[in-house]
Amino acid sequence: MELTTLWFCLIAVLWIGYFVLEGFDFGVGILMPFLARNETERRVMINTIGPLWDGNEVWLLVAGGATFAAFPEWYATLFSGFYLPLFLILVSLIFRNVAFEFRGKQQDTTWRAWWDRAIFFGSLLPAVLWGVAFANIVRGVDIDAKKEYVGSFFDLLNPYAILGGLVTLSLFVTHGAVFISLKTTGEIRVRARAFAATSALAAAVIALAFLGWTYGQRRDAQHVVWFVVLAVLAAACLVAALVAIRAGREGWAFVGTAATIALAVAALFVSLFPDVMPSSLSPTFSLTTTNASSTHYTLKIMTWVAVAFTPLVLVYQGWTYHVFRQRIGTEHIPGPPSPSPSPSSPGQQPPVRVQDDPVTTDV
Amino acid sequence: MDTLNLARWQFGITTVYHYFFVPLTIGLAFIVAGFQTAWYRSKDERYLRLTKFFGKLLLINFAMGVATGIVQEFQFGMNWSAYSRFVGDIFGAPLAMEGLLAFFLESTFLGLWIFGWDKLSPRIHLATIWIAAFGTFLSAYFILAANSFMQHPVGYRINPVSGRAELTDIVAVLTNKVAIVTFPHTILAAFLTGGAFVLGIAVWQLVRHPDRDRSAFRSAAKAGAIVVVIAALGVAISGDRQAKVMTEVQPMKMAAAEALYGTKNNAGFSIFTVGTLQGDSEVYSLRIPGLLSYLGTGDLNGKVEGINNIQAAYEAKYGPGNYTPNIALTYWTFRLMIGIGMLAALGALWVLWAMRQGRMLSGRWWVRAAVVLPFTPLLGNSFGWIFTEMGRQPWIVFGLMPTSAGVSPGTGVATVLISLIGFTLIYGFLAVIEMKLLVKTIRAGLPDVPRAALVGGGDNDGSDGNGDGEPGANGGPAEGHSDGERQLAFAY
Ligand code: HDD
Ligand code: HEM
Ligand code: HEM
Repeated sequence: MELTTLWFCLIAVLWIGYFVLEGFDFGVGILMPFLARNETERRVMINTIGPLWDGNEVWLLVAGGATFAAFPEWYATLFSGFYLPLFLILVSLIFRNVAFEFRGKQQDTTWRAWWDRAIFFGSLLPAVLWGVAFANIVRGVDIDAKKEYVGSFFDLLNPYAILGGLVTLSLFVTHGAVFISLKTTGEIRVRARAFAATSALAAAVIALAFLGWTYGQRRDAQHVVWFVVLAVLAAACLVAALVAIRAGREGWAFVGTAATIALAVAALFVSLFPDVMPSSLSPTFSLTTTNASSTHYTLKIMTWVAVAFTPLVLVYQGWTYHVFRQRIGTEHIPGPPSPSPSPSSPGQQPPVRVQDDPVTTDV
Repeated sequence: MDTLNLARWQFGITTVYHYFFVPLTIGLAFIVAGFQTAWYRSKDERYLRLTKFFGKLLLINFAMGVATGIVQEFQFGMNWSAYSRFVGDIFGAPLAMEGLLAFFLESTFLGLWIFGWDKLSPRIHLATIWIAAFGTFLSAYFILAANSFMQHPVGYRINPVSGRAELTDIVAVLTNKVAIVTFPHTILAAFLTGGAFVLGIAVWQLVRHPDRDRSAFRSAAKAGAIVVVIAALGVAISGDRQAKVMTEVQPMKMAAAEALYGTKNNAGFSIFTVGTLQGDSEVYSLRIPGLLSYLGTGDLNGKVEGINNIQAAYEAKYGPGNYTPNIALTYWTFRLMIGIGMLAALGALWVLWAMRQGRMLSGRWWVRAAVVLPFTPLLGNSFGWIFTEMGRQPWIVFGLMPTSAGVSPGTGVATVLISLIGFTLIYGFLAVIEMKLLVKTIRAGLPDVPRAALVGGGDNDGSDGNGDGEPGANGGPAEGHSDGERQLAFAY
């Protein structure tokens, strides 16, 4: 395989990782006002993603950095062209990041209510805007002969792109609800399950419409057959997730929503290839894996770095998920708001057992 | 103002702001790891409480470092797309490596540290903070290697067809001599910052609440002061080495640092100058003879090139234009970096002297000193970067690309203005909140650690000797409870 193709695939993988992982914690943030009925329940929700969200976000940073290294022209055109949406995403992420850390540091309901809003909007906006951005990439935007974006901000808010935003929103919310049902105990888990059972249906309808429209847009793409295969598989996984959550199989449902997101993003990347950013002005202006890429030498170096270190990252991130696999319920939340001095210290590892409360049918 | 100047202001503001949090994160991560190691070894409760106290402050600061760092990563593409196209082949690589090698490490292991108090054995838990701290080192190295390419491009060629810079030697880029000297200086300045932070807080506590946790804060004050003194020494030595490399690769910056217009042997270093810096209307200056020559060449009689000569040489080399950076700015930032930064070292020596043989600190002056102390190295760091980056102007990549050519051509004034104002307001707002939280946490003093917490880690008297980290070996409150009932040791 050409190194440029390999790096196109690797960048797709990084975005898939980002959307699958940060997807559920965006979902959790968006669902907080709906699934949690009181402060303790809100803290339950936040703590399900507490140790994980920062590591999830790094997938975005690495996707950005890898795009810069492997396809500098793509990075330059994309980031300068989609300036304002990215600015909004950055603002959202700034507030969301500090909110997790700051909200518990003061015992004051107004203070916490404001940070809860930051978490909600800071999750909602990127969840929509990433969909908008990717839909625009796939659809093609006004790129001139100098590889600069010459359209306006409002050109980016076309119906197809907005539908794309709704796809990511509905998928992330569903994914987040399934995650909550998998990671909590008690009432919140019941509510999350019921919510996911409904939202998965909505997500399926929206996603199918979007993938169908995408087929219309990229009918002439080089690998359109593969696009169709992946899109159908994505839809099938979503249906499977829907069935699983209704049957109370939360683990399988989570696998299902994760696979749906992964396959849908993969389908979009396949529909692009070999373009990375098609131009709607003229196909000759389109950025492709070859005309936007770094030199062979840079790609070779980066390939070695990726081969050497990606497995390591996967191992320790996987280990984190393993360490924090325990379900959380309201009874786990210590009385005074965090960060209360710990009632225990390293030294006693709790005997880990599978939860067995009434609603469980664990996978 | 045009897009270029707005984009420059934006880059300057967001980067200097990011760098308020960076040195504190780097320095404090290691100091907290040190406290936790002391606890792990000695089982002395004081160190556990210091770990938790400074750990909490570290986390507040880290959150801001991460939030502002993401902006940095995106900004090159947003505001400097022409620059990104030109150097992406080279500059992107260290940035991507930073993400893959460093950011994953930092964020994952800090998450494990925060939430892992009751889930990991003491030994593994201790390892997580050291790994996170090590991650900050890696992060600093890669980003400094990227920055060093801009200061002194190596390991590249210019493609005659595309006109872009292309990587030819990654080893040369990662071992750029500028990176090799910049890394220790930056890291040591970060330790100076972390040490002064710990020192200032400990002194404040000792003076304000002399009866509260005195022995713990005395240890903290001593630890902080020693870190500051050693780091300050290292900063001076590494800075001197840096000056020599800088004189070699960017002689204009050295001349600008002293506002030296004519080439000179045995050039002096002025502590300050009254009057303008145009070289002809100086009213008074306090000068140390030969010091500039020594800094630049290692020889008191060495020759230092003056601004006028270098300007003429550059015009001959690069064509007509102004190759002189803003002299007043470079002159003063260089002095402020050294002066304000080193003030912390004096403060630290003073504290060590005042606390000798168990003496107590008292008096209003100490409170003021304690408040000022943590800010001095922070400002020293900012001035250092402003000097380094403004001294490089008018180049964005030295000798290859002027800053004016790097800006995104398609981005309008309004767009940049929106984000400039937006980031500035948000950053200002968050600065107020962060200060408020830090002050509140500092005032609250050391958190209590219930007896139960000490069981697993060993008793104060050390009689159980259970330092080997076997989880649950000597029982704990968890025993007999089901997992479902135990509360989280740490929760947001
Ligand atoms: C000398 C060190 C240094 C310098 C010059 C910079 N940074 Fe930084 N950065 C760090 C040292 C650091 C750190 C110590 O690793 C941080 C600081 C606080 C933190 O949370 O991690 C960090 C955080 C941080 C993050 C968030 C990482 C995460 O999520 O864990 C990003 C994306 C960047 N930085 C990117 C940049 C870019 C693009 C810079 C160049 C303009 C830059 N930083 C300058
Ligand atoms: C973290 C410490 C840093 C600080 C405080 C800092 C600060 C500054 C300042 C004050 C300027 C000058 C603004 C101007 O003249 O217009 C500047 C320019 C610049 N710096 Fe840095 N810088 C830092 C690190 C870096 C690093 C690590 C990189 C790259 C890896 C970098 C890339 C740039 C670029 C691209 C410019 C040119 C844009 C401009 O002129 O504004 N900087 N920086
Ligand atoms: C005797 C004392 C010092 C000397 C001789 C010195 C020297 C230097 C020099 C020559 C540079 C510019 C390097 C370049 O642009 O190529 C620099 C940069 C810098 N200095 Fe210092 N310095 C001293 C003290 C300090 C102190 C006390 C601090 C902070 C507390 C500090 C923080 C920095 C920072 C953050 C930079 C920018 C990053 C870099 O280029 O390393 N320095 N210093």
